[in-house]
Amino acid sequence: MAEKEQLIIESGDAAQPFKYAVGMHGSKFFTETRDNMRLMGLKCPKCGKVYVPPRGVCGKCFVEMDDWVEVGPKGVIGTFTILRFAFIDPETGQQKPVPYGYGFIKLDGADTLLQHYIDIKDESKVKIGARVEPVYAKERKGNTRDIEYFRIID
Amino acid sequence: MDRTAIIGVGMTNIEAEKRRETFADMAWEAVNKALSDAGMTIADIDNVVTTSSDFWDGRTISLMAVGDVSGAAEKNVSCVEGDGTYGAFYANARALSGSYKTTLVTGHSKGSQCVSSLITNAAFDPIYERALGMDMVTACAMQANAYMNRTGVKPEDAALVSVKNHGNALKNPVAQLPMNITVNDVMASEMIADPLRKLDCSPVSDGCCAVIIAHESVATKFRQKPVWIRGLSFCTDSFFFGDRDLARSKALTEAAKKAYAMAGIKDPRKEIDLVELYDAFSYQELLWLEEMGLADYGKAAARLKAGEFNLDGALPVNPSGGLLSGHPVIAAGLYRIAEIVLQLRGDAGAHQVKKAKTGLAHGVNGLCGQSHCVWILDKEK
Repeated sequence: MAEKEQLIIESGDAAQPFKYAVGMHGSKFFTETRDNMRLMGLKCPKCGKVYVPPRGVCGKCFVEMDDWVEVGPKGVIGTFTILRFAFIDPETGQQKPVPYGYGFIKLDGADTLLQHYIDIKDESKVKIGARVEPVYAKERKGNTRDIEYFRIID
Repeated sequence: MDRTAIIGVGMTNIEAEKRRETFADMAWEAVNKALSDAGMTIADIDNVVTTSSDFWDGRTISLMAVGDVSGAAEKNVSCVEGDGTYGAFYANARALSGSYKTTLVTGHSKGSQCVSSLITNAAFDPIYERALGMDMVTACAMQANAYMNRTGVKPEDAALVSVKNHGNALKNPVAQLPMNITVNDVMASEMIADPLRKLDCSPVSDGCCAVIIAHESVATKFRQKPVWIRGLSFCTDSFFFGDRDLARSKALTEAAKKAYAMAGIKDPRKEIDLVELYDAFSYQELLWLEEMGLADYGKAAARLKAGEFNLDGALPVNPSGGLLSGHPVIAAGLYRIAEIVLQLRGDAGAHQVKKAKTGLAHGVNGLCGQSHCVWILDKEK
């Protein structure tokens, strides 16, 4: 059978750019992480729940939050996975080297979990409930990668 | 309250890649199958709801692209972005409103035409989460770990869901992945993201499903036996995954409770004869059954092992083969409704279950079951 040729219509270098507002709560969170290596959450004035990452509204209570509290920097793994299939990094468009660890971290003093990378040098230590601490980037730019990953502390 | 019924269903075969068909071609096939099943012509349809996602389709206002083939010309057409069960929910509300008598609802998607991990990555918060690269598979792997840690359920217990559902698909002509496999095959398949292996995950799929919902005043005017809608509800959890109890799904418990109450069901374990649910990953079948009150929390695996959820078991679950055997995102929940309709009419063919008076169809929207939609359908009014 003759090999079929695919019709490919490409956009060349054109992209559909979006520009997201970080917002006032994100700005505070990232500024504190970048400048002071402090992790900040917002506390609901009604139910007292501390939200990390911080956002303006406690959805359950339907009230605005403006009570900033410092959380962490240490915490525990709420849940995790180790990714073993090649995956396109949305930041770079390149395939990300595997394996690497993902986790939801419950920072001390927070009531919600923060999504981030987990160091998996010793896979046997990667467990729900394991204590972790952030490893900060040397050059911090005010984004989520200012924390490089969380590492397990014995 | 007025009553409504489903009077026609149409499904395309679910396939890995439908190269011959565009979105419109798939919808044309499903819509005509539904009309023919109902014994209707397009003139008998008075309004249309299409279900699609602009992001999955890679185009803006994706409902417009399937309007013509859905018979929407010069009619009221509206779009629901999300799973097909939600499109059908809206279609049902229209049928109950008094303004419409017959609503055609479709759901379509083609996973083959995009990179699904990039699409599901874009569901995460763009400020705090998206850059980390997580997608649906990795998020669900974390949910699976949380569930297994809480309940003691093992990966090999969940693997049996995959064995059962791929086995059921052998009897379903529209399924994409009919397979005769064992728990060992699942456990030997490639590790994707701990604890999920390749055979724990549903495939990338293309497909379209169409369903016709009618007000009771016209439900028996056409050829097909109506299947009655007894109860339906949906409920949503927090957007941020980290805000939720990862090992549970409270939104599903609430949705199921409300659907049972509306249907007048007091003991769902006794009154529901079969279930078609959203098993995007093997562990989800267990967790969803438990949160719907059809098994005790952490105990569905034992009942699965005892054969209770088999095609010939006490409560057949996913006799069609479920999403593990074909997962056209968006359309998937509508396929669950269509499958229950066929079963209650006795038209399911080789995968027909014996006792099928009352059935439950379940759809999911959002990451790791952020939102759930539960339908109770009945052979009798």
